[in-house]
Amino acid sequence: MTEVNIFENPIVEATDVHFSFDQRRIFDGLDLQIPRGKVTAIMGPSGCGKSTFLGLLGGRLPVSSGSIWFDGEAIPQKKNEALFLMRRKMGMLFQNSALLTDLSVFENVAFPLREQTDLPDELIRILVLLKLEMVGLRGARDLMPAELSGGMARRVALARAIALDPQMVMYDEPFVGLDPISMGVIVELIRKLNDALGLTSVVVTHDVPEGCSIADYVYLLDSGRVIGHGTPKDMLASTQPEIHQFMNGLPDGPVGYHYPAMDYLMDLRTQK
Amino acid sequence: MSFLENLGKFGLGFVSRLGVSFLFLVQALVGAVKSLTRFRLIVHQLYSVGVLTMLIILVSGLFVGMVLGLQGYYQLVNFSAESSLGMVVALFLVRELGPVLAALLFAGRAGSALTAEIGLMKTTEQLAAMEMMAVDPMIRVIGPRFVAGFIALPVLAAMLSGIGVLGGYLVGHGQFGVDPGVYWSSMQNGVDLVDDVLNGVIKSIVFGFIVTWVALFEGYYAVPTSEGVSRATTRTVVTSSLAILGGDYILTALMFGGL
Repeated sequence: MTEVNIFENPIVEATDVHFSFDQRRIFDGLDLQIPRGKVTAIMGPSGCGKSTFLGLLGGRLPVSSGSIWFDGEAIPQKKNEALFLMRRKMGMLFQNSALLTDLSVFENVAFPLREQTDLPDELIRILVLLKLEMVGLRGARDLMPAELSGGMARRVALARAIALDPQMVMYDEPFVGLDPISMGVIVELIRKLNDALGLTSVVVTHDVPEGCSIADYVYLLDSGRVIGHGTPKDMLASTQPEIHQFMNGLPDGPVGYHYPAMDYLMDLRTQK
Repeated sequence: MSFLENLGKFGLGFVSRLGVSFLFLVQALVGAVKSLTRFRLIVHQLYSVGVLTMLIILVSGLFVGMVLGLQGYYQLVNFSAESSLGMVVALFLVRELGPVLAALLFAGRAGSALTAEIGLMKTTEQLAAMEMMAVDPMIRVIGPRFVAGFIALPVLAAMLSGIGVLGGYLVGHGQFGVDPGVYWSSMQNGVDLVDDVLNGVIKSIVFGFIVTWVALFEGYYAVPTSEGVSRATTRTVVTSSLAILGGDYILTALMFGGL
């Protein structure tokens, strides 16, 4: 499939996005498009603003300038009804799962259904069991979040994220802190759910092998902008120094090893 | 940095935080009104902030009443006025100690718990997750807690006063032999429903409002780290305690003259 085809009708379009936080510039003219129905990985070193981008995409953070469009509509910059309506078309999996700790697994998955719909309890029960079955945790419905392993908690959070059948699911560092088996399960689930439910998935990760194994398209961010994008194959084969350094996990290169500081010898000689 | 610069920075920070807290109050009140239909959530919170605070309120109230009975008797007996013990104990409790002490205990037990709970919900991204599920935390989380705190404190203050009067009676009658009829009738004659009881209830309503506001604000704006939540919890207890004691003076002066 060519690039032209997948970007014919993108679900997300970010144009010249600038964003600063506490006088620190995070994005400086970010342009990217998320193709509809695909798994897009957004990669980059820690602190490059990957998770912040999800904040902007979900309307939790307002852009300083520029625009982000979702499904043909500009994302509202104020917390209002329009933003809440837009969020009903989105699901999000947080890095630490963000399960509501006072509710059981069943009630966590039922939460968006109870809050956003007037469905009867019997139907909610069926829908919740369907979602839990998809992530393999139907048998864990009565457990509390504190009783779950990290991988199980993430799968419950995934079931909750798809409870309302959203158009797009955002994954914030879904592979962090998981053992190899749990990671494999999550990797497979993201891909399978995307294809089976016809979703669009945006996966923010710095995990190159896992990210590339499921992504149809990859964006690489650094210094507040996109420094490279393409299919995982193209990105892994890239000879562009910044892309090559990140995709191959090289400790030094254009992305410096040292945090900016004064001259080393000068620093050692300085009294204070 | 010079003293003046520090002072200016502190002043600006204080005014800015005050502004944010008032904006939060408006949002919380709107959330509280919208959450009134969520009866189960409010009942759940009434249990958390009210019922679970009852034990400390009742035990403290009993001992405070017993001390008042003891101290009151020792002073009144010098003037052969021990027959007024019931009135003295009741007035102290209903006018001042009931609302103030209940509010201080409420801030320490329920206020700190509210701040820690909301702060941890923020730290673990539960509030952000709710927002992403198109659920407004102001209605789902803050509102029911605001309503519950507002209702719970006046009831707890009434309980503290009631059990305190009983404690005073236990000491007055049991230890010093004050006649039960005299104890209760002096209280009945000396305590006015509007001037004393109603003013005490108004105080506890105001304190309930302040403590809940401070606790929820500190939790909602806590820095999302373990240290941030710890600091926010401390600030809740310190700020609301100072607000209760300062507010008590102002309310007392307004109610009983002086301002």
